[in-house]
Amino acid sequence: MATVTFDHATRVYPGTERPAVDQLNLHIEDGEFLVLVGPSGCGKSTSLRMLAGLEDVNAGRILIGDRDVTDVQPKDRDIAMVFQNYALYPHMTVADNMGFALKIAGTPKAEIRQRVEEAAKILDLTEYLDRKPKALSGGQRQRVAMGRAIVRQPQVFLMDEPLSNLDAKLRVQTRTQIASLQRRLGVTTVYVTHDQTEALTMGDRIAVLKGGLLQQVGTPAEMYSKPANVFVAGFIGSPAMNIGTFDVVDGAAKIGSTSVPLEAQQVAALTDADGGKVTVGFRPESLDVVPAGTPGSFAIEADLVENLGSDSFLYGKLKDDAAALHAGDSDQVIVRVAPGSVNKGDVINVVIKPGQAHVFSAATGERLAGANDSVEAPAA
Amino acid sequence: MENLQITAAKPDSALLDLPWKIPLEDWPDEVLAALPRGISRHTVRFVRLKDRVLAVKETRDHYAFREYDLLRRLGKLEIPCVVPLAVITGRADDNGEPLETCIVTEHLAFSLPYRAVFSQSLQPKTASRLIDALAVLLVRLHLIGFYWGDVSLSNTLFRRDAAAFAAYLVDAETGDLHRELTDGQRAYDIDLARTNIIGELFDLEAGGFVDEGVDLVGIGDTLVERYNELWDALTSVESFPAEERWRVDDRIRKLNDLGFDVDELSIVTDLDGATVQIQPKVVDAGHHSRRLLRLTGLDVQDNQARRLLNDLDAWAAAHDRGEDSEQIVAHDWLMRSFEPTIQAVPHNLRRKLDPAQLFHEILEHRWYMAQRESRDVPMPEAAREYADEILRHRPDEQALLGSLPGDTEIIELNETPSDDDTVEAAAIQQIEAEDAATLTALRAGTLDIDGSVTRRSAFQR
Ligand SMILES: Nc1ncnc2c1ncn2[C@@H]1O[C@H](COP(=O)(O)OP(=O)(O)O)[C@@H](O)[C@H]1O
Ligand SMILES: Nc1ncnc2c1ncn2[C@@H]1O[C@H](COP(=O)(O)OP(=O)(O)O)[C@@H](O)[C@H]1O
Ligand SMILES: [Mg+2]
Ligand SMILES: [Mg+2]
Repeated sequence: MATVTFDHATRVYPGTERPAVDQLNLHIEDGEFLVLVGPSGCGKSTSLRMLAGLEDVNAGRILIGDRDVTDVQPKDRDIAMVFQNYALYPHMTVADNMGFALKIAGTPKAEIRQRVEEAAKILDLTEYLDRKPKALSGGQRQRVAMGRAIVRQPQVFLMDEPLSNLDAKLRVQTRTQIASLQRRLGVTTVYVTHDQTEALTMGDRIAVLKGGLLQQVGTPAEMYSKPANVFVAGFIGSPAMNIGTFDVVDGAAKIGSTSVPLEAQQVAALTDADGGKVTVGFRPESLDVVPAGTPGSFAIEADLVENLGSDSFLYGKLKDDAAALHAGDSDQVIVRVAPGSVNKGDVINVVIKPGQAHVFSAATGERLAGANDSVEAPAA
Repeated sequence: MENLQITAAKPDSALLDLPWKIPLEDWPDEVLAALPRGISRHTVRFVRLKDRVLAVKETRDHYAFREYDLLRRLGKLEIPCVVPLAVITGRADDNGEPLETCIVTEHLAFSLPYRAVFSQSLQPKTASRLIDALAVLLVRLHLIGFYWGDVSLSNTLFRRDAAAFAAYLVDAETGDLHRELTDGQRAYDIDLARTNIIGELFDLEAGGFVDEGVDLVGIGDTLVERYNELWDALTSVESFPAEERWRVDDRIRKLNDLGFDVDELSIVTDLDGATVQIQPKVVDAGHHSRRLLRLTGLDVQDNQARRLLNDLDAWAAAHDRGEDSEQIVAHDWLMRSFEPTIQAVPHNLRRKLDPAQLFHEILEHRWYMAQRESRDVPMPEAAREYADEILRHRPDEQALLGSLPGDTEIIELNETPSDDDTVEAAAIQQIEAEDAATLTALRAGTLDIDGSVTRRSAFQR
């Protein structure tokens, strides 16, 4: 097992100007489950393929443990790509299906059997080892495929959207299995997905990429509670964070006819480039419903209320200034409300819960730290 | 509920007649064609539609469109691969439950999955011919910038090509078309090919189709050797003293022999003009088939074309036509040798092999007859004896029926899992007998539509 280090790793595809991955610096701890996440085209797969040895590294280096593998052939990197293909061999037993790569490599029979048995135990396949694949369910067949990678005992597992060609049911089931399996095996794993929910639920840490640039790395909790910039704030979380850019008047952001106070250190951090504006974000669950006229409150008109059992989400517009706020791709404001408390067409008043506003420079989109951030600043 | 949607370059309304409301693995036997296929992860079925055979694969939306698009692009780049017909989305069953997207490809006529090539048992010589063909395909794919990501015998189809095989790509799911490949991508594909091929051979061994003592890992290793030899021949830089200019022609001739045309060759002379460096920049497979096409209009695979061209040369010499224009001689050869030879094979047997392959086999047979009888044998005579003594007993390879006995397990692998892991010998025998009967019926043009029903019920006991 080993650490993985991207050291200013850069990939410029032939015939293109802009790097697909630009000076990536990322250190992954031994045994860590790191998720690379971001919108399509942000450079996740390219980063993973650089680590796998499938893409040239045009500048910088890549290390596995202390070993510089930048110019090492894929098969000599001691990594395993999981799920790339898992057609099972019908005439071979489950054990042989798992161990055949070791047999090719000339590993002694007894050792193959031992490694296969260990893997089978972890994968809950022990009783099937001497059966043929056709006796297995879909999920079990997939675990055999994982077993193929496990018995090779690689230093690092690489997975690129491994769930994307599974149906919805198998996807949720497999997601949980991969995460718990990885924890039991303790093998350093780099996992690519465009799905932030997958990232939040699976990763020890998450690295968000955009346009080939690393935006932020951190634990799911850090990414959620202290997004380093407006992009990460909008990308992580579902439903998405409400975000808008407002004038700063007397140390407060003017949201419609209301003022939301900013912290002194945030105001102090504004520069000329910000032009007297600030970007403020707050999550749907960071709002309290209050009586009209409460200081710092603003009115929202409900266009739609979505009931998800324990939670309800209101999708609406700021009554004063309908265009000021948006959440994700929608131009709506989203508020978590108590189920049954609000109907379509209602107008409610909300305030941002103390300390739960995220404040960013209007010019750069960078987070402006508040008092709550001081404990440990998220490192980008 | 979404509506069924067919995405196709040339939509065919007959596709609507297929039972899209049913999960593919439950499609009724009436629509299915029980042809052998390779090992796969998705549910794949062959169906008869009017006079065509199609392959249907259930996969996810995104992958279906991607594969459809990649196969089309590969086709345009003249890579031998299956032809995509359509993507079917918006499927739902009678209760409105959504069903998976399907990609439909044309069944490649005269193609043989590798398991069907080893109809009795694995012959190392045949295996290495398959490997040679796959190496050529992989080199061609790499030259145009295609990274396959899952090279295997199962993802390749084979067609007879004179004494050799020609390989066709069938599964592009994991592939990607790049401007050019990195060495890492090529190395990964080659290594994976080796691993997969050996795995597939181990599987045949486990099924009892390999004689003791065959070096399966060695067969897998030949892929790497063949690939590297061909890649070097096609791409390496060669340096020589300026007076050895003939080596330019020599290099081109070598590539022609390997079946490639050189469309662009870089020739660099150093400052004092003492040494020359050459490197092929653009090469194009199909040297012989293009030449034959130009001369005769026959569109065949490269080794077949090479064989036919050789015969054309021999024919021209024998008829003292060396001085005439190539075009005219080729036309005469076509009318007076090729066509009459094919015509001499009875009509009902002729469709078992494609005409170029048939001609090649008749040439082989004529050689054998000539050896036996120590005389020149005219082609029509060789054709008649070949048809009668050999072709009559060969399976119909246009849409080959019947596979390795144990391969019923492959047909089963994607179906509802069961607890059986062995097929009783009696059931196997019954399946074999039914296969033979189906074959006969198919040849006679009286295929009982229930042929495949009995086959599967026997298996399920
Ligand atoms: N082989 C390639 N040649 C040229 N550009 C590429 C290639 N592969 C990816 N790209 C480009 O590089 C960027 C990053 O791609 P990729 O790493 O696949 O992103 P992601 O995995 O995040 O969707 C995109 O703009 C994509 O179009
Ligand atoms: N168009 C076709 N013509 C002939 N055989 C085909 C065709 N399409 C698929 N097959 C057969 O079906 C098998 C599985 O198809 P494939 O596309 O490889 O599925 P998977 O993506 O699940 O591996 C192949 O190995 C091949 O034998
Ligand atoms: Mg990707
Ligand atoms: Mg396949």
